[in-house]
Amino acid sequence: MSFVLVQVIVGGLLLGAVYALFSSGLTLVWGMMNIVNFAHGDFVMLGMYVAYVVYTLMGAGPILGAPLATLVLATVGVVVYFALIRGIMKGPMLAQILGTFGLALLLRYSVFWWFGANFLSMPQDIVGGTYAFAGLRLEASRLLAGVVALLVTLGLHLLLTRTSLGSKMLAVAEDQTAAQLMGIRPDTMQAIAWAIAAGATGLAGALIANFFYIVPTVGETLSIVAFVTVSLGGFGSVPGALVAGLLIGVIESLSGYLIGAIYKDIIVYILFLFFLWFRPQGLMGKS
Amino acid sequence: MSLKQVTGLLCAAAMSLTFAAGARAEDKVVKIGVIMPMSGSTASIGAHAKAAIEVAMDIINNAHPELGNLPLAKNAGLAGLGGAKVEAVFADNQGNPATGQNQALRLITEDKVAAVFGSYQSGVTLTSSAIAEKYGVPFLNSESVAANLTERGFKWFFRTTPIATDFAKIYVDFLADMKATGAKIDAIAVVHDNTEYGTSVANTISATFKEKGQPVALDVAYPVNATDLQGQVLQLKDKKPDVIIMISYTSDAILFAKTMQSLDYKPPILLADDAGYSDPSFIKAVGKISQGLFNRSSWVVGPPGSPSAIIADMYKKKSGEEMDDTVARQMQGFFVLADAIDRAGSTDPAKVQAALKATDLKADQLMIGYKGVKFDDKGQNILASGAIIQLQDGENYVSVWPKANAEKPPVLPYKGW
Repeated sequence: MSFVLVQVIVGGLLLGAVYALFSSGLTLVWGMMNIVNFAHGDFVMLGMYVAYVVYTLMGAGPILGAPLATLVLATVGVVVYFALIRGIMKGPMLAQILGTFGLALLLRYSVFWWFGANFLSMPQDIVGGTYAFAGLRLEASRLLAGVVALLVTLGLHLLLTRTSLGSKMLAVAEDQTAAQLMGIRPDTMQAIAWAIAAGATGLAGALIANFFYIVPTVGETLSIVAFVTVSLGGFGSVPGALVAGLLIGVIESLSGYLIGAIYKDIIVYILFLFFLWFRPQGLMGKS
Repeated sequence: MSLKQVTGLLCAAAMSLTFAAGARAEDKVVKIGVIMPMSGSTASIGAHAKAAIEVAMDIINNAHPELGNLPLAKNAGLAGLGGAKVEAVFADNQGNPATGQNQALRLITEDKVAAVFGSYQSGVTLTSSAIAEKYGVPFLNSESVAANLTERGFKWFFRTTPIATDFAKIYVDFLADMKATGAKIDAIAVVHDNTEYGTSVANTISATFKEKGQPVALDVAYPVNATDLQGQVLQLKDKKPDVIIMISYTSDAILFAKTMQSLDYKPPILLADDAGYSDPSFIKAVGKISQGLFNRSSWVVGPPGSPSAIIADMYKKKSGEEMDDTVARQMQGFFVLADAIDRAGSTDPAKVQAALKATDLKADQLMIGYKGVKFDDKGQNILASGAIIQLQDGENYVSVWPKANAEKPPVLPYKGW
């Protein structure tokens, strides 16, 4: 196998891990309370701006930017839950869709208004340049994003399956009333789920900001990726999102290189639809 | 607050943002509809265009004797219409052809604008100008370069910018000159997005090089607003072309620069076709790692105190950005349109159309480096021209070609970072 092909696959895996990280929040919120969050990509965008502000104010890279973005977005998640989601959950499906869609526009245009429409960018070497070995070139910022995303997504899965907090959250997802009778407060658990989901997008945004461009509309581009990842992985499944994210990253890169970038999306979506035909519940979703 | 109220408020907020650009009618005001991408991935261009048109309106509506021969600068307002003021009604096309069409319809039927101006992306200009044609309202375009825009036999469409065939000729001549100084230009790659702009310019360039006996060796297409461009850069790295001609909007231009650095790829000559590469946010974001990049431009600031330098200053005060080629072409187009309305002495569409057809501006009446403005029977400015600029030692473009207007000689090969 040529080096170029290895490079393409490694690049795809790293990108896929980041797809997995910001998609895991979306899948979590869906699994917990059947809410499709259309503002998800814009949460990632907010994370990118937090990282950018941290960089311009303090000159700090992701060591400070990533945790701060996680914290800020987790807070945003909790606020959004109490101010918007708790209300619209009682409404019809259309209200939920339009509610989070409205939130997406509100966030996007607030950032437009505050930061302007200009493209921003972090310095290329903020995470330490590029590593080269055996003809392979790995950008430190992409490597960091990929590895952290992989670890955090796995951590999220462990949190849900191995801790009492996770069990409580899953209990609420399964049956709210029964969970309440067991002394679990659904409100608190759902707020925590929003904090975790939004925090994950904040972290993903801060990591992506190191190698991508930053602009108020970047969430639009990322949202679609998140939705495809989540439905391929199975709605509500964090490990599903992880596998799907990696898969999509590699398929995108490979078809972009071998067949041509114009056809990249066609290939991804043909495979996606073909797969869902046989397994409509997704890779690891429950039927 | 109930759910419906929340949703209603959010929708209202979103809608008011779209329509906030509207304006009230007043006496002695000539309204010109301006359709630009105020949101979407090219929103930075829309914001810059808005600032440029606001500066142009200041120059037209107030007395600016310091600007010399520039038409409409000396006196306040349009003399031909008894000193009427020009007012731009801004509309957001979201970079979307369908939205551009709707906005043209709204500006013409509801705002009753005298003329329409826009719309940056060739694909959007294509649809919005079709509406103006249908309603018989003059449409002036200052920056869309797809050749077919003026090939439709439209009666109401006028375009001031140089177009793809002009650039292709510039690139052929420029590369021939570089070859004469010893540069290798045998294998040429054209990299472009899949929009109307990207494909049509790429096709025109390929056709022109083929005519000159040097077919383009590699054509790399990619989807606009790409999330990842590693595949394309690796493909180029594999094939090692001598010259790459880049046709991209801002987001992709930035991502290309970053990906090229991370994969350590430098072509010997990197030549950009304006667009994203002229956006000041491109230079701010990745100018430092794009040193030696050539770009096409019609805009040269000129010596201090010259009208173009004064205008560049006014623009910088308004927007906080350096004046770039795209906004300069937009501003020039707006002046041409206002000048035609002034000479028509009326906002009657047929009279404005006749005045546009009779336009004959000389080079010293312009703020941009065209040889003049004069339309052929297809509405294309036959005196539009361009030059080559280069990013050298820092974050500003300097003009390097043709030799007659060059501030500095071109530097080869592409340095990158």
